Amino acid sequence: MIRYIIRRLLLGIVLLLVVCLVTFILFRVLPTGNPAVLRAGRDPQPKLIKEIEVVLGLNKSLPAQFWDYLKEVVLHFNFGYSYYSQEAVRSLISERLSATLSLTVGAAVLWIVAGLSVGIISALRRHSLLDRTVMGASLVMISAPEFWLGLVFLYLFASDIGQFKILPGAGSYVGLTHDPWKWFTSLIMPWVVLASGSAAVYARLMRSSLSEVMREDYIRTARAKGLRDRAVVGHGVRAAINPIFTLFGLEVGVLLGGAILVETVFNIPGIGRASYQAIQSSDFPVIQGTVLLASMFIIIANILVDIAYAYLDPRVRYS
Amino acid sequence: MSAAEALLRVEDLHVEFPSEDGVVHAVDGITYQVHAGRTLGIVGESGSGKTVSSLTTLGLTRRQGARISGRILFEGKDLLTLPEEGLRAIRGNDIAMIFQDPLSSLHPFYKVGRQLMEAVRAHRDVSKAQARERAIELLGLVGMPDPPRRVDQYPHEFSGGMRQRVMIAMALANEPKLLIADEPTTALDVTVQAQILGLMERLQRELGMAIVIITHDLGVVAEMADDIAVMYAGRIVETASAARVFAAPEHPYTWGLLRSIPRLDRPRDEDLVPIPGTPPSLINPPSGCHFHPRCPYAEPEHSRIDPALEPIPEYPSHHVACLLDGARRRELWAQLRDGGTPDEALAAVGPPEGSS
Repeated sequence: MIRYIIRRLLLGIVLLLVVCLVTFILFRVLPTGNPAVLRAGRDPQPKLIKEIEVVLGLNKSLPAQFWDYLKEVVLHFNFGYSYYSQEAVRSLISERLSATLSLTVGAAVLWIVAGLSVGIISALRRHSLLDRTVMGASLVMISAPEFWLGLVFLYLFASDIGQFKILPGAGSYVGLTHDPWKWFTSLIMPWVVLASGSAAVYARLMRSSLSEVMREDYIRTARAKGLRDRAVVGHGVRAAINPIFTLFGLEVGVLLGGAILVETVFNIPGIGRASYQAIQSSDFPVIQGTVLLASMFIIIANILVDIAYAYLDPRVRYS
Repeated sequence: MSAAEALLRVEDLHVEFPSEDGVVHAVDGITYQVHAGRTLGIVGESGSGKTVSSLTTLGLTRRQGARISGRILFEGKDLLTLPEEGLRAIRGNDIAMIFQDPLSSLHPFYKVGRQLMEAVRAHRDVSKAQARERAIELLGLVGMPDPPRRVDQYPHEFSGGMRQRVMIAMALANEPKLLIADEPTTALDVTVQAQILGLMERLQRELGMAIVIITHDLGVVAEMADDIAVMYAGRIVETASAARVFAAPEHPYTWGLLRSIPRLDRPRDEDLVPIPGTPPSLINPPSGCHFHPRCPYAEPEHSRIDPALEPIPEYPSHHVACLLDGARRRELWAQLRDGGTPDEALAAVGPPEGSS
């Protein structure tokens, strides 16, 4: 088991290097605009652009640039400086981390709790009106993009522009330590919007997984033993949850991608919005830093899922 | 065998499942009884309704949308009209059941001990420690080596035979009065089959429970059963004591079953005689006697007349549902018993009376 974890971690580091390289190449080779031109102001002299390129290190060859970047990241955990604000990417990210964590962790909890419970209820009342309604709704949730859903929610419920002014709207986010109640209410809509897609996927998966499991022989055994319905369903859920659990690692990626859109729509000062702005202004170091951070989260989440899987399914043993 | 002392009495049980293709008549009016401490063997092909009738006894077909009629009297209580909670109290307590495939019948993610403890605690108000003790005791009872260690293992760590022992231990958790064993040895190796049957017999002697053993394997009922009911297409076509069924079977389907298995007392080079055709559709069962399309001895009017399960005049505890004349049946069986094929038997006995 320990050897397995070490191997997975090493593999994860290799993967991070690859991610690093790919984003590096992607944003530099694609014609997203020369950051030196963007920074030089209106009608710049070519000389000024050259000077800025030297300052930013853009005059060096691509491999040399990549090597410099990698050295800083690995040796000093330094992700470089924003082309735009000169701010260190590391501090830029850490300042915004709490908002993004508030958003994503809350959404993940909501997504799992709502997805699983809706799935369980649907599976146990298959083909009922309730089942059809929530499954139909989940299809809408899966299909609706977060930015659209976010705007719909703002239009309906935001205290400034909404039809039913019941929740704080865009830009109302405050830190947890600053005012817990305001923090909570300002995040309700973003949580719901961000969680909806994944929750709907989970609900549908749980429904099909549990309906399948409830036909298994061991469920019949549980009934034949004289267990109460609750306990029988417990047996079913315990078995149905495994295949869904493996998807958790993948859904973390979807969640982080969604965070970019949700933070932008709701104007939450998080990493997602920062990376959105960075993409708009070709702010390579910030893009690279946020992509690297997101990859790290996804890789770690997947390793944790695999390790936890060994405990969830006693038949699985890693070697 | 008076009705009053029967532990389980099934009367005119019908179980139907509505399906997209039509109504499936899985059990089509069966009547049987099981007496305390005795063993009834229910024999038949797949799809003859033997499993459905037993699952219905425990109320396990209720939620599958089955239409059920008739009566299932257990100690005088009709299980079919009992509310769910009342049935639950009987399931696993007074009536326990074991199934064909012990691996798929055990929950893969729960330790064996936990599954045994649940069975105990579903019906008894005991602490977890007491239930665990009982689980270990039960594993010992079914001949599991080293129960204190095995109790903490998962089903996949057991062999097939040991898993079935676990299932039996679970069924015995509350010392049921009736154990229903649905093909308990079908998924097991032959050598292990004998061990499991031996174990069930020993436990029956020790605990005095009645057993209903459901199987397609006549060897199993020969070993275990006191009485036998032969099922075909949702009905019982013949029922008698085990000795009687093997010595003087009355129904052509029973003859077919007996002639389709190898026997030590027959010449080694004698061919086995399979029953021709396939089991009938339970949605549109054949008219008249359900067996007539596959019966070598069927006469034209057998496709119109539906035989009732009736006692044989000479032997009232032996019931058969067959339209053939009694004397003719005995002559045919005499031919078959001596190794004749159905065609040879028919030739020797000659055409039925009244036909030209």
